[in-house]
Amino acid sequence: MDLSIFGFLVQDGLATGAVYVLLAVCLVMVFTVTRIVLVPQGEFVSFAALTLAGFEQRQRPGLAWILLIAGGIAFAMELYGAWRRRTRRGLAVAAFSFLALPAALSAAALAGNALPWAAQVLLTCAMVTTLGPILYRVAFQPMAMASPLYLLIAAIALHFVLVGSGLYLFGPEGVRTAAILDGSTEILAMPVAFQTLMIVAASLALNLVLFAFFGFTLLGKALRATAVNRRGAQLVGISPDYAGQVTFALAAAIGALSGILIGPVTTIYYDSGFILGLKGFVGAIIGGLAAYPAAALGALAVGLLEAFSSFWASAYKEVIVFTLIVPILLWRSYAHLTVDDDHE
Amino acid sequence: MTANILAETEDLRVCYGRVEALHGLSIRIREGQIVTVVGANGAGKTTLLSALMGLLPHTGRIAFPRWPTAALSVEERIRAGLCLVPESRDLFGTMPVEDNLRLGGFSRRGDRGYSAGQSLEEVFALFPRLKERRRQTANTLSGGERQMLALGRALMAKPKLLMLDEPSLGLAPLVTKEIIAAVAGLRDHGVSILLIEQNARAALAVADHAYVMETGSIMLEGPAEAVARDPRVVDSYLGARKADPEPSNEDAAPAPHPRLRTAGS
Amino acid sequence: MNDRPHARHLKGPLPWLAAALLLPLVLGPYHVALLGYIMIASLVTLGLTLLTGVTGLVSFGQAAFVGMGAYTTAYLTTGWQLSPWLTLPIALLLTGASAAAIGAVTLRMSGHFLAIASLAWGISLFYLVGNLPWFGGFNGLSGIPPLTLAGFDLRGEVPMYYVILLCAAASFWGVLNLLDSRIGRAIRSIRHGGALAESVGADPARLKIAVFTLAAMLAALAGWLYAHDQRFVNPTPFGIHMGIEYLFMAVIGGASSVWGAIVGAVVVTLLRQVLEDTLPALLGQTGNFEIVAFGILMLLVLQRARQGLWPWLVERLGVRRPASAVAPMAMPSIRTLPARGEPVLSIDGVQKNFGGLVAVNRLSFQVEAGGILGLLGPNGAGKSTMFNLISGVLNASAGEIRFLGRRIDRLRSRAIASCGIARTFQHVKLVPSMTVLENAALGAHLRGRSGLVRSVLRLDRAEEARLLAEAAHQLERVGLWAQRDELAANLPLGQQRVLEIARALAVDPVVLLLDEPAAGLRYKEKQALAGLLLRLRDEGVAVLLVEHDMDFILGITDRLVVMHYGQKLAEGAPRDVQANADVQLAYLGAE
Repeated sequence: MDLSIFGFLVQDGLATGAVYVLLAVCLVMVFTVTRIVLVPQGEFVSFAALTLAGFEQRQRPGLAWILLIAGGIAFAMELYGAWRRRTRRGLAVAAFSFLALPAALSAAALAGNALPWAAQVLLTCAMVTTLGPILYRVAFQPMAMASPLYLLIAAIALHFVLVGSGLYLFGPEGVRTAAILDGSTEILAMPVAFQTLMIVAASLALNLVLFAFFGFTLLGKALRATAVNRRGAQLVGISPDYAGQVTFALAAAIGALSGILIGPVTTIYYDSGFILGLKGFVGAIIGGLAAYPAAALGALAVGLLEAFSSFWASAYKEVIVFTLIVPILLWRSYAHLTVDDDHE
Repeated sequence: MTANILAETEDLRVCYGRVEALHGLSIRIREGQIVTVVGANGAGKTTLLSALMGLLPHTGRIAFPRWPTAALSVEERIRAGLCLVPESRDLFGTMPVEDNLRLGGFSRRGDRGYSAGQSLEEVFALFPRLKERRRQTANTLSGGERQMLALGRALMAKPKLLMLDEPSLGLAPLVTKEIIAAVAGLRDHGVSILLIEQNARAALAVADHAYVMETGSIMLEGPAEAVARDPRVVDSYLGARKADPEPSNEDAAPAPHPRLRTAGS
Repeated sequence: MNDRPHARHLKGPLPWLAAALLLPLVLGPYHVALLGYIMIASLVTLGLTLLTGVTGLVSFGQAAFVGMGAYTTAYLTTGWQLSPWLTLPIALLLTGASAAAIGAVTLRMSGHFLAIASLAWGISLFYLVGNLPWFGGFNGLSGIPPLTLAGFDLRGEVPMYYVILLCAAASFWGVLNLLDSRIGRAIRSIRHGGALAESVGADPARLKIAVFTLAAMLAALAGWLYAHDQRFVNPTPFGIHMGIEYLFMAVIGGASSVWGAIVGAVVVTLLRQVLEDTLPALLGQTGNFEIVAFGILMLLVLQRARQGLWPWLVERLGVRRPASAVAPMAMPSIRTLPARGEPVLSIDGVQKNFGGLVAVNRLSFQVEAGGILGLLGPNGAGKSTMFNLISGVLNASAGEIRFLGRRIDRLRSRAIASCGIARTFQHVKLVPSMTVLENAALGAHLRGRSGLVRSVLRLDRAEEARLLAEAAHQLERVGLWAQRDELAANLPLGQQRVLEIARALAVDPVVLLLDEPAAGLRYKEKQALAGLLLRLRDEGVAVLLVEHDMDFILGITDRLVVMHYGQKLAEGAPRDVQANADVQLAYLGAE
């Protein structure tokens, strides 16, 4: 391998790794706040890329249907809850976020088929972000007190629903969205694509935004507080439902941005999200699903490993990445000897 | 002593699975009072507070100003002015003292006339130690400071009724004194308090009204001074002043109290 | 969660087995093949039930173990012309060994790590097999020979059906036997916290690996059957989606019961058949609609009926468990009780620090045979920490704990239990889905020797009868004999605490450590408990009682140690301690 190939692989690895970092950070965030291992995180990514591609190809975006149907179910669940508790409190908010907002976004998506690129990106992000809390409401909120294992099974079930619907709504073809930036520059005598630079920069910027959000805003601190002590958070008025929906909105937003970043460099299929998400996991597990910096570094390492293994043993790329989890778990199991037995 | 009734329960029942833990409690808290509930471990005192806070499903009526009849969520109860400081404190251990306090005001964010900064200064005025430690994380505090932080965090939400579960738990007698004094001071600030204490003597000394609970039922109630003098309470909860001349097996367990609900109700 | 493996229904399933034997006579080949397929799936699900419902572990990777079994036999029978009867043990051993290795790595951590790891290795194995040239890549291996038996060719739906039925029936029989045994009881206790299993001397970590291995071997058996039934293998049926589907079967059927495995396999397999046939026609497009339907069904089951369909069916069908037929009989004690008054437990300068906090500070005292020592103190005084130090849950930072002269402060809980130190828990730890008798028998774990294999093959019956008789004897001793067939979950709290004592007594203890046994008891229950403890003392057992209820402890203890801030505040006869001014001040509260 000469230096230019090495440089190319590093670039490639950093670009995908930067996206995995975002996914890993989301997974850690969602898990610490809600105890859900968010398997469908990858669907936010793939659905965003597919939706943006749909806009580019002037197709009706299938995501609108998911949004409308899931939003309708979410609102129906709210209605039922309100009826059982004989109260109308909270219905207005629910009507806005589960009915009005999805309807407005879907209308915009279905009607405006010649939007400028920026509007397309914005609309895509808005739609996916809106989907996040809806999914939390429908799939997880009714069983929020269940053990992490049941929540994980529910996450997988939700993933099934989304992937199956994705095939129906987006079709089996893979897409690549238009490059956001063309051209390249030279860094250390190595050609570096602007696209790569942009992905890394965007990932970095998003991580900084998240850092600021969790470090300096009351809402961010409230989410962290939920992760530190759920009951304590509930006792100061941070409802687990609210924290869950906010977290899912954040995770969906970051997933959407990841999809828009990765869309031009990787072909995305309706079911690509799962593998993407799992690679974020491998990174997240390095951080024990709890530590952000370790998870981010782990995810970056996964990206690099993937780039190099696809050069040397392309067929075994997935095998190598996912087998990596075994030594990681081995290391973690010896580093962390706390045996947590109580699953109840 | 006929202040308005602030909160009231009627026939409050809580079940854990098939086992009923509270057998129809009726208690009443008047504005500006400290009401204490004493009783042995496992009598259901914590269950009572959890039910009031909405953490446990319950039947029966709980009345509180401006509460509609529908079941309220925990957050709605907090906004209505109810606040619980649990036995376990449930602080945000890895976060600084100041963040813990600011989060205490989470339910009041956006309220007209609520200023987090001002409330923070009020709490700091009450517990100057917290101001000194405002940048320290909660899990580096001593036991007494943690209890102060838990109290301060609750006060940030401007409660009308503050419920304290064993505030002296694991604290040195001097610190307990300090905490209890702070609790008494809160009453003068217009906060009503429902106090559950292991240290029955300290609780009865500071309270206006007292209930005695045993295995999920109220056995006795009355003005705190009267309850503190009641021979059954002295025997079971305050400890005999002098050693029992002939301790035998029959005397070992507390004598069964007649179901007696004296004055005040 | 109300889990309840119906381990005693040997009569129950027999009519069903007979029906299964007769079914091929009335069904066509297509349906016979489908039934065979369902039974193969139910084998995998049976393993998952053991994992998920009984032990509380989740794996999405069972399909990979099915694949391991299938590919082992496919490769060896086609490439090396080995007999399928030879490849069966090879497949089982190979898969079992892999599972034991994977389990050793992942089972040390909390549950969801295993689940996530299982997703990863499921995918990893799928791509590995698909890319390895020896296994025919993604095209797979064909030409797998059919099974033959004594010259008879077993190819065709009906003969294979009977082979599958035989394997399935044997597997269910074995698993039922296992659950109804000494090892089974220990396994069923794991999900209620490893501390419980440790307290009776069982090793939860090893048991978890054993269950995981067993589940993988059941999957491998399914894979072997699948390979010789289809006579062709490719990676697809062993991919991650199938792994997830097996888990869905277990949860939908009801992971808490062995029979839920069959219900789940039937429901999911039939549902898929129906959906694959009808949905694309309905929606006018090819697609993966069945996974959408599965996902929705799964979410509904998780939200509405997390126990799955089986408990619901049980209620409808009125399945009842038969009463136990056991007579109380004490097993011979394995230890000699020391003479009355001899110190059995010596605590010498024990200290425990948590970070900067000194929870127990240079504490010394002794527990004597035939005596009740009360460890008293206000909440947070360090009593529970001291209790955990003696019972091996925590290790002391300094000082020595000796039991009959032998140092035990570095031993783990289960080693301490095997010395003859039995304990109860402050927050009652029972297996709610087991009967009172079974819970008590859990205590006698170390008094039996039968291992996993003997239990599965039902060779443990004589010993099992002795263990149950011993448990019955302890129930009689504490006065719970009448409730022996109740589920532990249905006992009131007071009797649950007494049941914990019966379990501790079944350990055959020299010392009994009781952690706040009177908490939450009513007056009468406290009196009964006091009476029981005094009887035990008179029989020569040493009792260490951690209490916080002064009145209870004063009447029954011979000596008191009062703790405050981790230190010994006072020690002596109850009357003297009660009169002690320091105790009055610290414990009863300053005025």
